[in-house]
Amino acid sequence: MSDSASAGGTTADMPVTDDKSRRDFLLISTATVGVVGTALACWPLIHAMNPAADTLALASTEVDLAPVQTGQSITVVWRGKPVFIRRRTADEIKTAEAVPMDKLIDPQPDKARVKKPEWLIMVGVCTHLGCIPLGQKPNDPHGEFGGWFCPCHGSHYDTSGRIRKGPAPKNLEIPPYQFVSDTLIRIG
Amino acid sequence: MAAKSYSNPIVKWIEYRLPIFSFLDHELNEYPTPRNLNYWWNFGSLAGIILVIMIATGIVLAMSYMPHVNYAFESVERIMRDVNYGWLLRYIHSNGGSAFFIVVYIHLFRGMYYGSYKAPRELLWIIGVVILLAMMATAFMGYVLPWGQMSFWAATVITNLFSAVPLVGESIVTWLWGGFSVDNPTLNRFYSLHYLLPFVIFALVFVHLWALHVHKSNNPTGVDIKGPQDTIPFHPYYTIKDTFGLGAFMIVFMFFVFFAPNFFGEPDNYIKANPLVTPAHIVPEWYFLPYYAILRAITFDIWFIPAKLIGVAAMFGSILILLFLPWLDRSKVRSATFRPIYKQVFWVFVVDCIILGWVGANTPDADFHGVKMLWIGQAATFYYFFHIVILIPLISVLETPRALPDSISQAVTPGGKS
Ligand code: HEM
Ligand code: FES
Repeated sequence: MSDSASAGGTTADMPVTDDKSRRDFLLISTATVGVVGTALACWPLIHAMNPAADTLALASTEVDLAPVQTGQSITVVWRGKPVFIRRRTADEIKTAEAVPMDKLIDPQPDKARVKKPEWLIMVGVCTHLGCIPLGQKPNDPHGEFGGWFCPCHGSHYDTSGRIRKGPAPKNLEIPPYQFVSDTLIRIG
Repeated sequence: MAAKSYSNPIVKWIEYRLPIFSFLDHELNEYPTPRNLNYWWNFGSLAGIILVIMIATGIVLAMSYMPHVNYAFESVERIMRDVNYGWLLRYIHSNGGSAFFIVVYIHLFRGMYYGSYKAPRELLWIIGVVILLAMMATAFMGYVLPWGQMSFWAATVITNLFSAVPLVGESIVTWLWGGFSVDNPTLNRFYSLHYLLPFVIFALVFVHLWALHVHKSNNPTGVDIKGPQDTIPFHPYYTIKDTFGLGAFMIVFMFFVFFAPNFFGEPDNYIKANPLVTPAHIVPEWYFLPYYAILRAITFDIWFIPAKLIGVAAMFGSILILLFLPWLDRSKVRSATFRPIYKQVFWVFVVDCIILGWVGANTPDADFHGVKMLWIGQAATFYYFFHIVILIPLISVLETPRALPDSISQAVTPGGKS
């Protein structure tokens, strides 16, 4: 096009290259604005699939710990997921604290996983592919480390909920929680 | 195409404005087809018919199905007990899913045996692989709809695979769920997509056939069509052959629908989904078992890449790698009939895929006469990739093929014109 423009001489007062780069500029800027605009217009479609406001609003749960005896576990639901609450025995706490860091797949001291050593509170979802590990009931399998065992692909968790053996990469997650009083916690 | 003249005035009127009659005549009636196609060429048309059956039964099921965590399971039970012929529609639809995969897998192995992926049919093959991926997504999301225990835990485990993606994995999973676990928003979107994807597949099938009709069907000799002596018109020769094959298929399919409707299913899926209890042994539907075995075969990190990510990559890679088959196989000879070595390893590959399926159905720590399932799975996974990435290219350059016939016609009627 620039060729015919120069041959025809209709834009003789303007250098030919200028015309070409002006067209290039218009083309590239129009295309860029179009692409960015389309991408921005897609965002509402994508974001509509993220958790909705009411889903986010359901994000905290209160639990009364008073009825839970030492050596007992309960399961509560938080954000549609099970949360394991275990009142650990002195033995379990001792074993959990004694494990050297280099024995752990995802090293974390027991101290960092509890607010009060007696109460182990964690999300009961296997960090491999999301199954619910067994070990909440006394006659469940507890795995080789006396904690929890995920039957889906064989992950073993210890008495601190740390991954010790199997395909799961991380320790069971600790949800955000606070002690509202000595026997009441708020999760979330 | 010689312009056809039609005598019926209505046909004439339409034809002048939209040449649909000559199009159909050209593509389905006079369409020249190799005269030597065997029954392995039946499975493409079977797959197309099953797609139509799935859409028809699915649309009617959708009239009684309710996509809500509180009603989904109950609405499927109601379909089974109260809706007129609901049980039939559902059993056709759920067994149809299995039939679809059997037929498509045979169709795909047919392509591998006869070299149908080779030039000039590379795009035809690639569109086929894309159809397979879309079918998998559709079947996976459909399986979640009845909201049984297997539905729920399959959805949980499979969506969690995406958490293996570095950095953004967790955000992707939350986005897929629309919440913090598989829940009502997840069920709703799966239903929306389960309704949409079959129509996308329909469009892909159309493009698949378009590409097919440009260079026409491959055939058991793998030799190109050289002239009219090599072909016969699609109608009546292959319409009748395909219809006969359809009858044979229907006998088997209806046997399952009427006499063993839950053969391919899992009893746990008749228990309503419970987010707090995982069933002791979760297995995917049979058609996903080989991929499940590949996923679980990777139990070791490689350098800094975690096992979970490699497992997921290997699983998706096992299908995506098929896209490159036309370029991995350098042999100019299409049909394995004339490739003495490839012909044998082809069957090793088929057996390998079956072994992967069998491993996928067992727990990894189960053992088979003292050999751990996990090791068998690892060996079979290794062979899967070794076959495609190493053996196929190597054999394709080293092997001496047998002499090819001059033409299809000469191969089927010795002394015939070439
Ligand atoms: C590519 C084609 C399709 C495939 C492979 C497919 C696959 C499946 C599978 C495996 C199930 C679970 C069956 C069970 O265990 O109960 C299912 C359920 C369902 N599908 Fe499809 N489907 C297809 C097309 C469609 C279409 C086009 C619709 C609707 C427009 C549809 C609507 C439904 C409904 C409502 C259910 C839940 C009821 C039930 O579980 O039987 N499907 N589908
Ligand atoms: S989900 Fe727990 S081991 Fe895989």
